[in-house]
Amino acid sequence: MGFKRKKGDGDGEEMESEVRGRPSFNTAERRNVILPSMIKNKDKRAKVYAKQKHEKKVEKQKKIKARDAAEKQALELGEEPPQKMVPKTIENTREADETVCRPDDEELFADIDADEFNPVLRREVTPKVLITTCRFNSTRGPAFISELQSVIPNSDYRKRGTYDLKKIVEYAKKKDYTSLIVVHTNRREPDALLIIGLPNGPTAHFKLSNLVLRKDIKNHGNPTSHEPELVLNNFTTRLGNRVGRFFQSLFPQEPNFRGRRVVTFHNQRDFIFFRHHRYIFDVKEDKQSGAKGKDGVAKERVKPRLQECGPSFTLKLVTLQHGTFDTKGGEFEWVHKPEMDTSRRRFFL
Amino acid sequence: MQDDEVIWQAIRHNHCSYMAKIETGIFCRNPYNVTGICNRSSCPLANSRYATIRDHDGVFYLYMKTIERAHMPKNLWERIKLPRNYEKALELIDKHLLYWPKLLQHKVKQRLTKMTQIRIRTRKLNLKTREKIMTMARRDIKREPRREEKALKAAQLEKSIETELLERLMKGVYPKILDYPELVQKEVEVEEEEEEEEEEEEEPEIEYVEGYDELLEEVEEDIEDFYGGFQSKESHLDNDDDYDFEDDEDGEEQVVIHKKGRALKKFDGNGKSKKKSKVVVEVEQDDGDTRQILKSLKL
Repeated sequence: MGFKRKKGDGDGEEMESEVRGRPSFNTAERRNVILPSMIKNKDKRAKVYAKQKHEKKVEKQKKIKARDAAEKQALELGEEPPQKMVPKTIENTREADETVCRPDDEELFADIDADEFNPVLRREVTPKVLITTCRFNSTRGPAFISELQSVIPNSDYRKRGTYDLKKIVEYAKKKDYTSLIVVHTNRREPDALLIIGLPNGPTAHFKLSNLVLRKDIKNHGNPTSHEPELVLNNFTTRLGNRVGRFFQSLFPQEPNFRGRRVVTFHNQRDFIFFRHHRYIFDVKEDKQSGAKGKDGVAKERVKPRLQECGPSFTLKLVTLQHGTFDTKGGEFEWVHKPEMDTSRRRFFL
Repeated sequence: MQDDEVIWQAIRHNHCSYMAKIETGIFCRNPYNVTGICNRSSCPLANSRYATIRDHDGVFYLYMKTIERAHMPKNLWERIKLPRNYEKALELIDKHLLYWPKLLQHKVKQRLTKMTQIRIRTRKLNLKTREKIMTMARRDIKREPRREEKALKAAQLEKSIETELLERLMKGVYPKILDYPELVQKEVEVEEEEEEEEEEEEEPEIEYVEGYDELLEEVEEDIEDFYGGFQSKESHLDNDDDYDFEDDEDGEEQVVIHKKGRALKKFDGNGKSKKKSKVVVEVEQDDGDTRQILKSLKL
């Protein structure tokens, strides 16, 4: 009880808190640090915790300073600076995938040559895209489709009616389309994208999420009708490569650089982010001194500036099927199964 | 022992497991029931002489039960296969239920009609494609947007797009435009100086590059030389009107080889080509050439 009265004082009770803080178990010896959670008095506990935090912060700052100083010193002396520690990211620690494309893969080139996208990608055929929807259209559907039409050059929109998808595929083949995009809506929002390559191309089913229409983007730009440039990032594995080429086959292969339009498909952790920008290169004075410029202090740098226009959404591959749309009889190259999600470091694209 | 009335009293007033009371009426869930309603005359348990039609895999069978077999539950129901033809089936029913109560005959025939119609409809429907709703586990539905957000943050889209565009500019993919040809030239000069130093290092550096784009780039460069490189053009672009173009001198738009990827010469800047941007390169004019070029480069 005497202890309790002493608790009331606010200062210098390190000793006391130590005595009190240390539980009377045998584990006390292992603990040099006082766990604030052991202190029952809130006031005291808060103070102890704040102090500990402060100490930690100070220690960390010291470390950083020491590290910087060592680096600077090493640079000045002309030696190798001590190696910078690289933080572990999910991308760093991704599970090794044997299907990652390597630069010297003969098989890869052979596959690419025998690809379905070859005619388009070799400019033998110009891509012609037919866009349609699922049977029941929604509120956001038409807006999204009109934006898609502006992004993809040479695209047509037809209403769905109640035609069978297979019939639509035949119709498109007859009319010489190279791809068919079906926008599927669920709960009044575009939900999935089914991209079918024609005449006998693969069928890819994507989940669509996070759709932002052009009118909802602040300071959006207006796209022109010049053919856009494509940027496909991070499609490393064989499957990813295939999907990347699939996207490529939707667009004409001769970009009009004067249009300064760029369409990006960026793959990160199996999510494909679609962005549509207009860009311009700016010349800026670089005021960094001696960091990298060996020429002098003030260096002119060219910086690209982007203005977002058009829709932006995220895609996630659900299935990739060989041949045109045929869920029952078709051969699936890749299907997403929940058991593939068991590892956080494993990605397929 | 087999008094229908007693059975009915026991079932109906006490408890029948097959009875289903809904707001629209009282139904019988017994599979042998002709009408489906819980009734004194429709109860298969409370009628010792009874008949139904049941469907098995699209084939209809007439089931009959008589009091003679009431003590043998295993052989209670007699099954007769009905022909596919509706009229013939009706005749068969007439024949088998000849001296049976009129009500039962009538109900059985009604049931046959209904089931035939259902059968026709199902088969028609199976020919059409119907959308099937697949469900996803709730944990997955919740997990996806979280992961998407994190992936978005990790992606640093604007940065990566900007770097990619810058690279392409440096590589000279874009036709020369008025305001930054000087810069491009400067950079190119700088590169060329360093290029000579770097040439020896090219071979080892090829190896740690991820993705096959690297090699294909080399292909491109060769093809570039092949086609005489880019024709430089002078186009007048106003700096102020950012997005205003004049379609004038592009009489012959050069065939711009649509490519992406780093120049081999650019290893000066990126010592660590840890760059993850794998950008697919697409200039494959001839298979043979491609392969040969690649093979020659490997040496």
